[in-house]
Order: sequence, then C-alpha cells, then structure tokens
Amino acid sequence: MARLAGRRLLFAAPVLLVVTFGVFAIAAASPFDPVKAYAGTAALGADQETLDRLRANLGVDEPFVTRWWHWLTSALTGDLGHSAVLRQPVTQVIGERLVWSALLCAVAFTVAVLAGTLLGVLAARRPGGPLDRAVTSLSYALEAAPVFWTALLAVWLFALQLDVLPAGGLTDTASEQVTFGQVASHIVLPAGVLAVSQLPWFTLYVRQGVGDALAEDPVRGARARGLSEGTVLLGHALRSGLLPVLTLIGSRVPELITGALLVESVFSWPGIAAATVEAATAVDFPLLAALTVLATAAVLAGNLLADLLYGLFDPRVKFSDM
Amino acid sequence: MTCDAPAAEAGTGSTPWRSYGTKRRSTRTVRVRVSAALVAVTVLAVLLVPPLAQLDQQAVDLAAELQPPSWAHPFGTDDLGRDLLLRCVYGLRVSLLVGLVAALVATVIGTAVGAAAGALGGWADRCVMRVVDTLSSVPHLLLGIFIVALFRPGVVPVAVSVAATHWLSTARIVRAEVLSLRSRPYIDAAVSGGASRWRVAVRHLLPAVLPQAALAAVLMVPHAMWHESALSFLGLGLPAHMASLGNLVQSARSSLLAGQWWPTLFPGLFIIVPTLAIAGLAGAWRERINPRRRSELML
Repeated sequence: MARLAGRRLLFAAPVLLVVTFGVFAIAAASPFDPVKAYAGTAALGADQETLDRLRANLGVDEPFVTRWWHWLTSALTGDLGHSAVLRQPVTQVIGERLVWSALLCAVAFTVAVLAGTLLGVLAARRPGGPLDRAVTSLSYALEAAPVFWTALLAVWLFALQLDVLPAGGLTDTASEQVTFGQVASHIVLPAGVLAVSQLPWFTLYVRQGVGDALAEDPVRGARARGLSEGTVLLGHALRSGLLPVLTLIGSRVPELITGALLVESVFSWPGIAAATVEAATAVDFPLLAALTVLATAAVLAGNLLADLLYGLFDPRVKFSDM
Repeated sequence: MTCDAPAAEAGTGSTPWRSYGTKRRSTRTVRVRVSAALVAVTVLAVLLVPPLAQLDQQAVDLAAELQPPSWAHPFGTDDLGRDLLLRCVYGLRVSLLVGLVAALVATVIGTAVGAAAGALGGWADRCVMRVVDTLSSVPHLLLGIFIVALFRPGVVPVAVSVAATHWLSTARIVRAEVLSLRSRPYIDAAVSGGASRWRVAVRHLLPAVLPQAALAAVLMVPHAMWHESALSFLGLGLPAHMASLGNLVQSARSSLLAGQWWPTLFPGLFIIVPTLAIAGLAGAWRERINPRRRSELML
C-alpha cells in the first residue's frame, strides 16, 4: 500500500509540473498583459519608457519559461506570489480560505454518500416500483439541473419565502466573531445544495450495484437459507453492491470542486472556490495559477484515495498488481 | 422500431421476470418518444421562432417590468419588462449553438487524437495518453475559467475552453475502440493484403469507431451547454448582449432576492429539459449500437 502511494506520488509530481508549465504557457499565449493589469487605467496615459520599466520591475519582460522557473522555485520555498485583487500573499489567501471550503465539501459529501446509499437501496429493492421510478426520475432531473440554478431556487425558497435559513455568507453581518452556531446555520443551505448536486450520481450507482447484486447467486442462496429480507439486503446485496461505488468516490473530486465553485459563489461562502472566481474576474494571475495547481493536486489525491479504497475493500485486488 | 418485436413476444410469457421485462421495454419506448418530441420542439423553436416571430427579444417595456407569468407573457417579464419566454428561446439558441460548436470541435480533436494513439501504438500512444491523463487531472470548469479569464469573455474563448476540456473522454473512447478493433481478422486481412497504415486507419478503423464517436458527441452537447451556462453565470462567459441561458440566470439574481422567482426558474428549465431529452435519445441509440451495455448508467 505504501509502495502504491509512493508510486502515485511519483506520477503526481510530473503531472503537477506539466500543469504549472501549461498554466504559464497559456498565459504567455493569451492577450493578457500583466503590466496593463497592474497599472489599470493609468497604463493608457503612460509613455512606453515607464511601461518598460514597470515590465522589468514586475519581472515579466523575460520569456515565460524563465518566469515559470522563478515561480516554481519560489513556490517550493512557500512563496506563491502576491494576489493583487485580495491584497494578500497567495499563501495567506489559501490558508485562510481552504478550511471553509474543506468543511463545506466534507459536509456535503458525507450527506450525499449517506442519502445516496439510502435512496439507492430503497430504489433497488423493487426495481420498476413507484419508489424506484420516483427516485430514478428525480435523480436524472437533478443530474441535469445546473447547481447554480438549484442554489438560487433554494435561496428563494428557504431564505426568502420560508425565512428559516440565512441566504449566504459565513456569519450574520452584525456579528463580529465566527461562532459554531453561526457557521452551523449558515452551512446548511450551501452544503445541502452541494449534496443534492452530488446525490444523483451516488443514488443511481448504488441502485445499479445493489440491483445487480440482488440478481446474483449469493443473494439467492441467502434467501434460500431463510434469512430475513433486511439481512439479505444490507448484509449481502449492499455489501457487494457498494463496492464499485466506494472505489469511485475518489474520482468524484473534480465534480465536487466544480460544484463547490458555483455553490460558493452563489452563497458568498468565503472559501477557496469563491476566491477563484474573484481572481478570474480580475485576472489575478498569481492567485489563479496557484488555485489551478491546488485543484489539480486535490484531484490527484482523490485518484490516489480511489486506488487505496479499491485495494482496501476488494480483497481480490493486490496492491502489487496495481 | 424493429427492436420492439422480441419484447412483445417475451411479454406473452407468464413468469414475473418476463412481464417485468415488457413493462420496462414499454417505458423505454415512451421515454424515447417523449425525448424525440422534446428535441424536435427545441430544434424547431430555436430555428423557427427568431426568423418567423416578428418580436424583438430586447424590446424594453418598463411599464411591464417583473410581471408574474400571465397569458400575455407566459413566463413573465424581467426587470426591464422584456418577455422571458422570448428571451429564453433566444438564450437557448445561443447556448445550443455554443454547445454544438464546442462538441463538434471536441469530437474532431478527440477522434483524431484517440485514433492516432490507438493506431500508432507504442511510445506515441503512451505519450498521448499521458497528456490526456494530465489534462483530465485539472477540473474542467476551473481550466475553462482559467482560459476564459486570460482570453477575455467572448464567444470564441468560451467555445474553445469548452472544446479544450471535453475532447479527453472522446479520445479515450475512440482509442479503446481502435485497440479492440486492431486484433480483428478483417484488419489483419487488410494489412496482409498490402493496405497502407493510412488506408487501414481511414477505410477500416475510422468508419468502425464513428458510431461511438458520434454518440459521445451527442452526449457532449448538453454537457457543453451546461459548461457555457456555468461560465456565463459566473460572469466569465458570453458578453451580455448575447444573452445565453447562463446570462439570463445571472441577471435574474437581483430580482430573485426581491422575491421574483420566474426570471430564475424558466431559464434553468430550458437547460434541464433539452439535457434530459438528448440523454434519453442518446441512451436509446446506445442500446441499439451496443445492446450488451444496456444495463450501464447514462450519466
């Protein structure tokens, strides 16, 4: 297992390297000019000499490979540059915001896995039955619904019409401190919407897995031995039906990041994904580059998790074969 | 449909398994018909309404701002008094066009890369697949945001960013298909008959993988539409004068907070319904070209 993890990390390093290089290459190929972005409207009236001096000062007069190398070497020492839009070092932006994003994603993911398993098992019990049809159709509809749209409708329903939950932010505007109660009430809507956006996938896969397992011989054998329906469903069908889902959990990280990106920007959740949107709107290259690399690292970690879970839960798989 | 005949025969059996089979088959037919009708309505509305209806989607009527759905305005009006039904049809037109172009470009790239990797094999294959693996480690929307942010909002950057992030899955599908085809006897026959590498690829491999590639392309259209809407919603997509469905949802945010739900609800439904309809049709098509994979999920 340690060997597998080590080998995956060895694969991850070049991937991250290539991604950072690609980020700089795309920036070099784009019409984006860091000097004009830095100077803003003042660049319009400035003479060429001033602009050149600024360009040299910002270190952007060199070819992008050199700049990439500078960025990479200073990134390894923990300096990711300075974010112009948030007026903070990039590392500080990430440090302050990562915990809120991680909290949101963790809560949403847990809810999605638990509710998805429950709904999937209920639907698989009677394939073609009313419950199965309702769950399946609802899942497909939710899968097709854009998450920002569900988020906005949830704000309208729960915050405006029913007035039971806050519409956004981390705390009430009046309160100065971040308390547990405040965060708990503010996280319900964003985490709920994010969970609902991830739910269809889990539900449909669990339904499929359990449904397939119910048609297999071990289940028929268990029924023939006179075991109760609950034992058959949970002890036999769910156990083998959940296996493919568990192994795929890690590969859901990209979708989770995408969902968090949209949900955070709807609910003004002070997480890392909302910072990405701000950075993109203001073309804050250092922040954008760092966040792209961070998201890639998260995806690679998810893939590693998927491989490890696969080996842990499926005794037929040997880590040495992977 | 020809594939309905065995279903009808199976239905005559009395075992519960068989009757269950018929039931599902008939649901499937209904679903395909509904999907086909919805896709037809969508395409007709998008193609015919703008030239035929002598209505201006930008017509501002401040006296009629933010009216709830009524007979005069079935979807209500937005904050400038513009008719939302008309705005949604125009928005769907823009979104669908961007989706189609992006899906087409992505499919051409993906098929070319996948077929080349599969047909060439060896180190070329390994290099290409490493690139595909690397690119798919970056979340699609994030890469799209990055590209659009640097190249500034506009139709071309959005379409390019969607195409650049979506060809990976097609490349994987086509490569796997080519690899499985390479060991078939008719390819061996062509090679031993003296056909060149190029001829084998173009005359034998490509036609065989086209159905799969086309299916992937169809399924990619709603995905590309979603992608475009998300970018537009974040304010990084199409410019405001080319209102896509994402722009409509974005501009409805202020009126939503004032309690008007209709400017948000309807553009979203215009994304969901075509997505489901296209997925329904593509699912039926996939069952026909590959019946063994019937039980697989359509996501």
